[in-house]
Amino acid sequence: MGEATYTLTDEYLADLDLEKRLEATWQTRPGFWSAVATVDHKIVAKRYIATAFVFLALGGVLALFMRLQLAGPEARFISPDRYNQIFTMHGTTMMFLFAVPVMEAMAAYLVPLMVGTRNIAFPRLNAYSYWMFVIGGTLLWVSFALDTAPDVGWFAYVPLSGPEYSPGKRADIWAQMITFTEVSALALAIEIVVTVFKQRAPGMSLDRIPLLVWAMLVMAFLVILAMPAVMFSSSALILDRLVGTHFFNPAEGGDALLWQHLFWFFGHPEVYIIFLPAVGMASMVISTFSRRPIVGYLPLVMALISVGVLSFGLWVHHMFVVGLPRVGESFFTASSMSIGIPSGIQVFCWIATLWAGRPVFKTPLLFIIGFIITFVMGGLTGIMVASVPFDTQVHDTYFVVAHFHYVLIGGAVFPLIAGIYYWFPKMTGRMMSERLGKWSFGLIFLGFHATFFPMHILGLLGMPRRVYTYPADLSWGGINLFVSLSSLALAAGFLIFFINVARSLKYGLPAGSNPWEASTLEWATRSPPPPYNFRRIPVVQSRDPLWPPSDILPVGDGLRVDRREILITSVVSALPESRESSVGDSIWPLWAALGSAVMLIWSMFSPWGVVWGAVPVAVTLIGWFWPKGVPEDEA
Amino acid sequence: MVLTGALSGCSGVQSVFNAQGEASTHLRSLIFSIVGVCTLVWFLVVLMMFAALIRRRSAEGAHDGEGGKRRITIAISAALAATVVIITGFTIASFLTTRSIGDGEQADVTIEVHAHQWWWQFIYLNTDGSQGFVTANELHIPVGKKVRLILKADDVIHSFWVPSLAGKQDLIPGRPNSLVLDAGKPGVFRGQCAEFCGLQHSHMSFFVVVDTGADFVKWQDVQRSDAPGSAAADALAGKAIFMEKPCAACHAIRGTEARGIAGPDLTHVGSRRTIGAGLLENTRGSLAAWIADPQTLKPGNNMPNVPLTSDELLRVSAYLESLK
Amino acid sequence: MASIPHKNHLALIVSCLVVAASSAALGWLRTPRQYRTDPPIMSALEHYRLMPNKISGAPPEVYFAIGKPYELTAYDMSQGKRLYSWFGCASCHGDGRGANGPSFIDGWWIYGPSMVSIVASIHDGRPHGMPSFSDKMTIDEIWQLAGYVKALGAYSPSLSAPQRNDEKHTRPAENRGPAAILFEQGPTDKNVNRGPSP
Repeated sequence: MGEATYTLTDEYLADLDLEKRLEATWQTRPGFWSAVATVDHKIVAKRYIATAFVFLALGGVLALFMRLQLAGPEARFISPDRYNQIFTMHGTTMMFLFAVPVMEAMAAYLVPLMVGTRNIAFPRLNAYSYWMFVIGGTLLWVSFALDTAPDVGWFAYVPLSGPEYSPGKRADIWAQMITFTEVSALALAIEIVVTVFKQRAPGMSLDRIPLLVWAMLVMAFLVILAMPAVMFSSSALILDRLVGTHFFNPAEGGDALLWQHLFWFFGHPEVYIIFLPAVGMASMVISTFSRRPIVGYLPLVMALISVGVLSFGLWVHHMFVVGLPRVGESFFTASSMSIGIPSGIQVFCWIATLWAGRPVFKTPLLFIIGFIITFVMGGLTGIMVASVPFDTQVHDTYFVVAHFHYVLIGGAVFPLIAGIYYWFPKMTGRMMSERLGKWSFGLIFLGFHATFFPMHILGLLGMPRRVYTYPADLSWGGINLFVSLSSLALAAGFLIFFINVARSLKYGLPAGSNPWEASTLEWATRSPPPPYNFRRIPVVQSRDPLWPPSDILPVGDGLRVDRREILITSVVSALPESRESSVGDSIWPLWAALGSAVMLIWSMFSPWGVVWGAVPVAVTLIGWFWPKGVPEDEA
Repeated sequence: MVLTGALSGCSGVQSVFNAQGEASTHLRSLIFSIVGVCTLVWFLVVLMMFAALIRRRSAEGAHDGEGGKRRITIAISAALAATVVIITGFTIASFLTTRSIGDGEQADVTIEVHAHQWWWQFIYLNTDGSQGFVTANELHIPVGKKVRLILKADDVIHSFWVPSLAGKQDLIPGRPNSLVLDAGKPGVFRGQCAEFCGLQHSHMSFFVVVDTGADFVKWQDVQRSDAPGSAAADALAGKAIFMEKPCAACHAIRGTEARGIAGPDLTHVGSRRTIGAGLLENTRGSLAAWIADPQTLKPGNNMPNVPLTSDELLRVSAYLESLK
Repeated sequence: MASIPHKNHLALIVSCLVVAASSAALGWLRTPRQYRTDPPIMSALEHYRLMPNKISGAPPEVYFAIGKPYELTAYDMSQGKRLYSWFGCASCHGDGRGANGPSFIDGWWIYGPSMVSIVASIHDGRPHGMPSFSDKMTIDEIWQLAGYVKALGAYSPSLSAPQRNDEKHTRPAENRGPAAILFEQGPTDKNVNRGPSP
């Protein structure tokens, strides 16, 4: 110990000594301000995930309120004004404050571990992203508490959300919340792309990347390409409302349909932004619990990429009844249906893996089985609504409500919960209860289908979506009552899941480093992982580095321990290229997020908010990037 | 049990299953066939998955051999080929259905539909394209004739949907759309706005009454005429009140000095089945209830609560009821 | 892990701070919407008192009790804007710049810019052609319309004022404070010396 040379690297240090020094370099120091300033991707991601699940619970409670209102015809529990706010809040919360953030947060936690690096790329941007997300979500929910919540639906069609028909600040709050969450999503997406491309462990060439990492990479690209469309449209909406521009005003040469095109150009890839990470999780869980490598790695990767590409070519299927030319409609019918092909490949490969493996029926696998059953149904109803004539009868009815809940809950939340059960031991060092897990699976699965399957029938019986009540003489009452009662079972399932998480945090059995005997790198370190993730950077020689034939995991060395340093490798074959410093903890991302919040919130009220709000943004960014003379500042 | 009870409502007035128009019949067959094929596909996939999960396993690693791998590859490829065939079939079926519905260039009757927050205005056009008469929230069409609707929105986006007669079509400000109705038999069908349009989206329904040819002509003649005069003292007094209170500032009654444009035309309101855009059955009692407190019955709609004494209320509702 | 315990009180403190700050920022914006005016309030709203010269005066007590919604609530003002077009105000007052009737946005108010004056003008009519709308509109509609007209001619932009319409753009939108922008140009010719000046 003692004589720390200027470039102390890890090759000459014994394991214990090395761990102590790495701990000193990488740890988040105790104390409130250090906790706020941390840039450890694991801590930030855990906060992110926890916050997103809080929003899930809030959005779920709203769903229960809606079901209470719809349980009987002509009910008057909730006024139409409040009901419109509630369904807007439900959709907005679930899409922008739960689904996208939670998937990206899982990526922020898992990707650096799975590719074998010590921190995510741009760790301070990561912290900034979290604070922006929290502020955006808080803005929306505080407005709800104050009866000023948006009431125009989660896709806020103009002219209804436009200047003439949405008085007050409601629609502005929605539009600016979009900016907050999309800035945070874009920041995270860039970190994911760079982490995957440049920070992989030596030897992890592109064909050895775990499928989850591939999925997260494709998702990150979708975010980068799709989110600017919605940020542009929501900013254009605010401009229309605040300073009287005419983007969406037909009388002055604008177009009401422009909004729909822009929104769905984002909105359709959005579905895959949520779904692709879930697919990646499913692949990991299936491989681990089938006790064999996944069947069809290459087709699965190709399917992920082609879903990503295709997802930009089918936004119009959300607009089949706006009166588009027939040729266009036929094209989008064909392209929407064609996404069934890569989705089919994935399902078939999973079934083949299960067939060829020896399935172990733990809770994560149960959720994945539920996922396949449910998602195939959601996919098939998706093919139905891709048909223009079919869609003219079910568009904007409860059939569509059923369809997208099958895809989003069945296709994304089921694998996510499987993923939580699966990685909880890694994140906390404790196992979740299997008994509660099976109960929660049973209730969620049955409650889900009992809640949402009847909605298909409701839609075909003519019930439009987004109605706060319906007349008694249309015989929708019985099904609606059944749906409302079933939703209680679904809610109970989620409650058990939350209870399981809370109990297991305290009383769960110790997990050990690799409780599921899985094959990927995150299981090669302690549970929970130390602040520096890996004592020494692993060297990857196969797609499943922890499984035979390679029974020992080789490691590389040469990284400095007296400053935060990571290994940069080449994009394709992950050959070591250079050492790079990784920034230390900083409070400035928080100040920068607050500064940005001042500007964004101010700009909802006055265009001068952009001008004067730029001052706090500039000040905080200068503080953020000011050289501090710490070892990490060196190249 | 709840489910079966509800399913018996399939013959309800607003349902895809109860197809009575040319378009909706085509759509129903398409829906049934696609749903049928998809159900089959789903059962096959789930069956395969359960087979994969619970099949008996032989010795360690038996399926990792070359033979096993090849069998799996073949199975996946076959499933994929089936997927391609099925979705191609669906695409072609959709295309053919769209074609068979037609676009109604040779229409017998043309009606302009104007959607407002939150009611429907129907303007019947004469054969030369000039404006005929105006009515609201109740559309009459002749059976077996092609009826062309020109769909226009005056405020936000709405969607015209009568599931028993045709698929839906949006009404978009600045972009007129059109839709063809071709009813197969007389009857009354309910329709509803299907695109979220604000506070009272839920209460923006209407009825389509399919008349026989003779009935339609009769109805049209009545609608073309001015509001009927009434000899009843109640109704006459009600008319005077209607004209001097705010009512006449928003509603038009042809043949009187009431020429408001903000609300529905009430010239023959007594002949309609419902009031308040399908909210209430049209009786003298419900008319009185509606006039007395529209903001409780349909919160946020654009009709104000007009202070009236109970006598005035009775007379105004008697007058409106008399406008057959 | 050293940071776990901090995470808890961190989350608590930060969320408290953020919630408190945002509540404060949004609290004054709270705009509950009243769709149905209670009949007693409706009749009380009729009882505004004007000064003897019919300019300015006192609104009824109830107006303050319900929180001056017609001047503050975006919903009421936007309803007022709809009434402006439905009741043909534009046929004399144009887009607010006046035609046969006086302009609202040149910064000059013949009867003063107070709510009561505007309500009285609409309710009772004024000399030189302004008709009475008391038998065409309900009293809460008159207050809504008055609130809109007041915002239209206000000397500084209001946050709750309606925004631009989906139609041809002829003047700055209400929330931009058209009167504040157009005041510099002075009174429009055709409105000078119309009616008794205050």
